[in-house]
Amino acid sequence: MANESVATKSYPLYEARKKVGAFLRKIKFDHWKGWIYLSPAIVLLLIFTAWPIFNTVRFAFLEKYSSLADLNPDITFEFGLGNFQYVLEYQYFKDCLFNTIILCVLTVPISTFLALLIAVCLNSIKALSRFLQTIYFLPYVTNSIAIGMVFAAMFNIVGLNRADINASTSLGIVNNIIQFFGGTPINWINAGSGYWENIFVMVVYIVWNALPFKILILLGGLQSVNKQYYDAAKIDSTPKWRVFTNITVPLLSPMIAYVVITGFIGGFKEYSSIVGIFGDTMGPPGAKGRLNTMVGYIYDAINGSTKQYGRASAAAIILFLIIFAVTLVNLQVSKKKTHY
Amino acid sequence: MSEVKNVNTNPEGTITTMVERDIKKVTARQKVVKVISQTIIYIFLLIIALVVLFPFYWMIISSLKSLTEYRYNIPTLFPEKILFENYLVAFTEGKLDVLFVNTLYVGLVSTIFSLVITVLSAFAFARLEFKGRETLFAILLATMMIPGELFTITNYSTVHKLGWINTYTVLIVPFLVSVFYIYLLKQNFLQIPNELYLAAKVDGTTDLKYLWKVMIPLALPTLISITILKMMGSWNSYMWPNLVTSKDSMMLVTNGIRNANFSVSAMGGEGSAADINYPVQMAAVAIVSAPLFIVFLFLRKYIMKGVSRSGIKG
Repeated sequence: MANESVATKSYPLYEARKKVGAFLRKIKFDHWKGWIYLSPAIVLLLIFTAWPIFNTVRFAFLEKYSSLADLNPDITFEFGLGNFQYVLEYQYFKDCLFNTIILCVLTVPISTFLALLIAVCLNSIKALSRFLQTIYFLPYVTNSIAIGMVFAAMFNIVGLNRADINASTSLGIVNNIIQFFGGTPINWINAGSGYWENIFVMVVYIVWNALPFKILILLGGLQSVNKQYYDAAKIDSTPKWRVFTNITVPLLSPMIAYVVITGFIGGFKEYSSIVGIFGDTMGPPGAKGRLNTMVGYIYDAINGSTKQYGRASAAAIILFLIIFAVTLVNLQVSKKKTHY
Repeated sequence: MSEVKNVNTNPEGTITTMVERDIKKVTARQKVVKVISQTIIYIFLLIIALVVLFPFYWMIISSLKSLTEYRYNIPTLFPEKILFENYLVAFTEGKLDVLFVNTLYVGLVSTIFSLVITVLSAFAFARLEFKGRETLFAILLATMMIPGELFTITNYSTVHKLGWINTYTVLIVPFLVSVFYIYLLKQNFLQIPNELYLAAKVDGTTDLKYLWKVMIPLALPTLISITILKMMGSWNSYMWPNLVTSKDSMMLVTNGIRNANFSVSAMGGEGSAADINYPVQMAAVAIVSAPLFIVFLFLRKYIMKGVSRSGIKG
C-alpha cells in the first residue's frame, strides 16, 4: 500500500522531469532554431551593415574610386592612400572639419551646463515641476529641419536682398528684441552676414535642440540620488553652491559623462540642423557651403553627378576615427572624474 | 558664545528659551532665504520655458498673419487679422498630402517589419541556445559604434546597382534592422523568468505561441517605445530620403518641406526667388510638427522612457 502511494505521488513529478530532460537535450541539438529566428535580421545586416563596413574601407583605399566604375567596368583603380591624402589636403574639407569642431566645442559644454542648472532647479521645486518638464521636452519631439526653418525666420531680415531696402521690411523678431533693449540690429544669416554671426545662430539652435535629452537624463539621475547626502549637508549647514559642487556634481558624474559623450558623438555628426536654417546650400546666400560639416562633406561627395565614393569613404573613416578617439578620451577622463 | 554666557548668568529655565529663540531666529532666516531662492529658481525656470516655447509661439502666430503684416517694421505679437488661408495654401503649394501619405506608408510598413524582425532576433538572443550566440551579439553591439554615414556610402552605391532609386523599397528596407532595438528588447525579454519558458515547453507550447502569448504582452511597453521611436525616425529622416529620391511623388515630409518652394514669386506675387512667403512656410512647418506633438501628448511616458534609454534622436 505504502509503496504504491509513493509511486503514484512521484509519478507526475518523474514524468515532468523526464520531459524537461528531453527538452533540454533537444535544445542542445537544435542550434539551427536560433539561426532561423535570426535569419531575417542576419540577411539584412549582411547586406546593409557588414558589407558596407568592408566595402567602404575598400572604397577608401582605392584611389579616386567613383561611380564611373559602374559605367565602365574596365577602369581599374590603384590601391593606396590617395583619397585620405586628397581629403586631408583639401581646404574645403578642413573648413568642414573646423566648423564641426567649433560647433561641438561650443554647444556641448553650453548645453550640458545649462541642462545641469535646469535639472537641479527642477529637482528643487514641487509645484509646476512636471508641467515645466513637459515643456522643456517639447523641442525633442520636433522635426529639426522644420523648426530650423522657424529659427531662420526669427533671425532673418526680410527684403534685404530686394532692390528697394526701404520698402516695408521686417528685421526679424530677434533683431526687434535687440532693438527693444537698445541694441543695434545684426545681419545674422542673410547675404553678407559674418561667419561668427552664422555660428552664433547655429549654437543657439543646436543648444535649444539638445537641451531636452540632457535635462531628461540629468533629472533622472538627480531623482535617483540618495537623499541622505543632502540631509547630512543640511545638518552641517553647507552652503548651497558647495552642495552643488561637492555632492550633486560628483554623484551625477556618470550621467554627465553620458550626456557629454553622446553630445560629442551627435555633435560630430551635425548636419540637419544646419540644413534646417540655411537649406542644403549650407551657408548664407553668396557664401555657399561656408557652414558645411563633415557629414555634409561626405554627403556632397556622393550626391554629385560623379559620385566620389572613394573620397567620401575616406572622409567617413576619418570621421569614425575622430569620434572613436573623442569617445575614448571622454571615457578616460570620466573614469578619473567619475565618483563611482 | 552668547549661549555660554547665558549659562553662567541665567537660571536653567531661561537657557532653553534663549536656545529656542535662537533656533527660531535661524529658521526664520532660513525661511526667508528659502523663499528668495525659490523665487529666483522659479523666475529662471519660467524664463527658460519662455525661450523654449517662443519658437513655437512665433511659428503659430506668423502662420496666421498676412504677408504684409509679417513684414511690418514693428512686429505684432498677435495677428491683427487671423488668416487660416495660409494653411490651405501651404497644404497645396507644399503638396503636403503626398508627403503625408508617403511618410505614413513608409513609417507604418517599416515599423511593422522592423518589429517582427526585432522580436524574433531578441527572442533568439534571449531564450534560444545556439553556438556563437554571445559572439554574434557582441559583434552586433560593436557595429553600433560606427557612424551611420559609413554605411550610407556603400548602401547608396548598392541601391543604385539594384535600381531601387525612387521606390518605397529603398526608403524602407535598408533600415529595417536596428541593433539598438534588438538590444533593448533582449534586455526586456531576459527579465521574464526562464521558468515560464520551460513550463510552457513542458506543456508542449510552441516557441512562436509562447512568444505571442507571453513574451510580447509582457514586453509591450518596450515594443511601444520602439514603435514610437521608429515612427519618429521616419518622420524626421532627411539625409537618406533626400539622397535616394528625386521625384516629388516619392518625397517624405522632411525633405519635401525643405525642398518645397514657398517663395512669393512661386505663388504669383512680386519678388525674387529668394523672397520667401514666411507665413505660408510657417503654416507648412506647423502642419508638419502637429502630428508629433499630438503623439507626444498621449504617449509622453513611453517616449520619454524610450528616449532616456536610447540616447539617439529618432
